[in-house]
Amino acid sequence: MDDNRIDEVLKQAGPVDAALLARVTASMSQSIAPVRPLASSLTLASALFAIASLYAATVASWIGMYGVRKMTAGAIALMFSLLAVITAVAAIHAVDEMIPGSVRRIASWQLLTLAILAFAAVDAVLFQDYSLGNFLPNGVACLKAGLETAAPVGVGAWLVLRRGFAVNPPSAGLAAGTLAGLAGVVMLELHCPDFRTPHIMIWHTAVIPVAALVGMGVASLRRR
Amino acid sequence: MSAPMPEAELEALMARYQQGDANAAAELVTRLSPALHRFFMMRYVSRRYADDLLQETWLRIHEVRHTHRPGEPVLPWLYAIARNIRVDQYRKTQRQETREQQVERLPESAVVEQSRGPDLDALLGVLPESQREVVAMLKIAGMSLEEVARATRSSVGSVKQKAHRAYEKLREVLTAQGFN
Repeated sequence: MDDNRIDEVLKQAGPVDAALLARVTASMSQSIAPVRPLASSLTLASALFAIASLYAATVASWIGMYGVRKMTAGAIALMFSLLAVITAVAAIHAVDEMIPGSVRRIASWQLLTLAILAFAAVDAVLFQDYSLGNFLPNGVACLKAGLETAAPVGVGAWLVLRRGFAVNPPSAGLAAGTLAGLAGVVMLELHCPDFRTPHIMIWHTAVIPVAALVGMGVASLRRR
Repeated sequence: MSAPMPEAELEALMARYQQGDANAAAELVTRLSPALHRFFMMRYVSRRYADDLLQETWLRIHEVRHTHRPGEPVLPWLYAIARNIRVDQYRKTQRQETREQQVERLPESAVVEQSRGPDLDALLGVLPESQREVVAMLKIAGMSLEEVARATRSSVGSVKQKAHRAYEKLREVLTAQGFN
């Protein structure tokens, strides 16, 4: 049997009940008011990027930019250009997740993995102090501050994207959570003067997956 | 079954629908429903169940019609929403464990009636779900590989692979049933 014959078989589709279609059409006609299509992906992604970066910078300037003052120019350039690129990618992906039928450039879990690995790699390149003094108390304080920054960014992202429609809410939540987590990391890099590798590698990095998982959890609950 | 609509015509109808044109909405429903219905029938043999899903899909489409942006293809957008409805419905029936979840399952092997030619539902019953939906979008809705990739949130390569495997399986089954 050739493929054309299979195609012919596949194209057999029975008629749909005309009464059903009439009911659907009548129901749609009752609320057929004009709607304004969503803004372009670029506009929405730019809004998300602005919310994440501006809020992180505002919080850091409020509590003190001790970290960035202590960094060399090279470290600042490398760290913040990397964070800017990943945050932009996360913003674009979060928008794609809210538009049905949009092109899939990357999966949400891949975005999360990329964000964690890229940040950890830059950390390993820039900082070589492996001492562990006050590892836990300093770390928990940074994790808490990072998540406190991430939470409002997550809410802001939801406000920007609320007119969209997530066909896969957990994946959309993971993407928005990753974006919010990155905002938390940006704030910590501006603020935290503790440049020891284990501190940054564990506690700063942890903000990203924790925020992402919270985002996924919230979105999954909303689906129910 | 009517031939797939040209994309430009679909986009024009969608634009009119978003502007509040009830005739455009009715035409979209009339033209796109047969393929959508078939898409649902491929999983749920019960016609009534497919009818419910079709109705629910159009109501959801109506609710979120603003998420289609001018210039973007319509079918991937529409089928992404249809998949969402189908998955949600499947979860609900799994969770509730009501009698409605006991939808009549497709047989594991295709049962074909020699006198009339192969039966579509029975034939597609041999395919795994992911291959079935790809075949439905490509061959019944008339979507391109790129459009199917968008609707299923996967890559073009993955869609091609699923279609290729589905056709291999269909060829094998039909040949075994004596349809040469």
